[in-house]
Amino acid sequence: MNEPALKELLYKIADDQLILGHRNSEWTGFGPLLEEDIAFSSMAQDKVGQSHALYQMLETLGEKDPDTVAFMRNADQFHNCIMVELPNGEYDFSLIRHFLYDTAEAIRFEMLSESSYQPLADISKKIRAELRYHTLHANTWVKQLGSATEESISRLQRSLEQVMPYALGMFEESPYEKELIGDKIFGGEQALKERWMKKVEAIIAQTQLQLPDWKTIQPVMGGRAGKHSEYLQPLLDEMSEVFKIDPTAEW
Amino acid sequence: MLTREQVYTWLEEVKDPEIPVLSLVDLGVITDVQINYNDVYIEMTPTFVGCPALDFMKQDIHETLGKHGVTNVSIDVTFRKAWNSDLITEKGKAALKKFGLAPPPSRELFTELDVLEHATCPRCNGSDTELRNTFGPTLCRSIHYCNTCREAFEQFKPL
Repeated sequence: MNEPALKELLYKIADDQLILGHRNSEWTGFGPLLEEDIAFSSMAQDKVGQSHALYQMLETLGEKDPDTVAFMRNADQFHNCIMVELPNGEYDFSLIRHFLYDTAEAIRFEMLSESSYQPLADISKKIRAELRYHTLHANTWVKQLGSATEESISRLQRSLEQVMPYALGMFEESPYEKELIGDKIFGGEQALKERWMKKVEAIIAQTQLQLPDWKTIQPVMGGRAGKHSEYLQPLLDEMSEVFKIDPTAEW
Repeated sequence: MLTREQVYTWLEEVKDPEIPVLSLVDLGVITDVQINYNDVYIEMTPTFVGCPALDFMKQDIHETLGKHGVTNVSIDVTFRKAWNSDLITEKGKAALKKFGLAPPPSRELFTELDVLEHATCPRCNGSDTELRNTFGPTLCRSIHYCNTCREAFEQFKPL
């Protein structure tokens, strides 16, 4: 078992879940309708909870405790892709990001449920089942709004074009890609990306939205290596504000 | 002499903090109990990974077993035997229904969204119902509306 490779993998997945979970939680009280308010809040709780479980796994591998890992790192120590840290924007932006992200995550955890690292395989089977509700939610709304009115279609189309370069950044390769694949810990970003593209194409084909030509999209990378946009540090400051008042407090 | 059966009976007293009619045993989250003289080892697993009630449940287990004089209790939370909604016992499902919460349909049936679209109303047992939201007040519940009763109800989600 290549431990540095495994840790790098766990960090990036957990960080993605934590940061998008936090962004989702920002919809609490602001959803365009109550049902969506509840949906994004629930997905936030799922994702933050899943990140916590993955940080706990990292703790068993010798990393610091989950609270310290979540709240005490600076932006350059986070391995999430840039897409998840972008501000929520309007609902169409958040929906498209949710769709592109959760489609990938559902496949990622499906692949990881075959991982040679048994604790990761166990939890991935579980998370995969939970994510079914997230992809169901995203697909339902993308299909509905992607074929509804001129305004809903044009809004989703614009967001789709805007998010896509960042979405491809999800698949930025790890320095340990060969080791992960060789040790059968994870099937690799390239395999994930190919399956994701097919799935995205299948859903978008059921709408009046147009996918940009994959070849013309320039992926926005860097997040996995700790190179982030200007939006991550303010998010972390806000997220950790209460914790940092007294890091030793018992809750 | 402490036995597994005895511990399981005591654990029946520990209820889900969000669904006070359902014991942790009937919920299916207790996956193993081992006894070594006076030491009790309990293995449990959350319904949802992000379930915020887990710490309360652990605390309740310690308190309840403590009342019965069992103080050397260690609880391990694992995903080795992950929870799914089919692990809720028949007794648990009946308790949920009585509580006004529709029990989850079998996971085998949950291949299509349709299963959620027409959940069985826990009040009138009718299926003239509509899915309002696959997300509800807690991670494990969805929101439905019964056209016969003209009232909303919640269902424990199949997972």
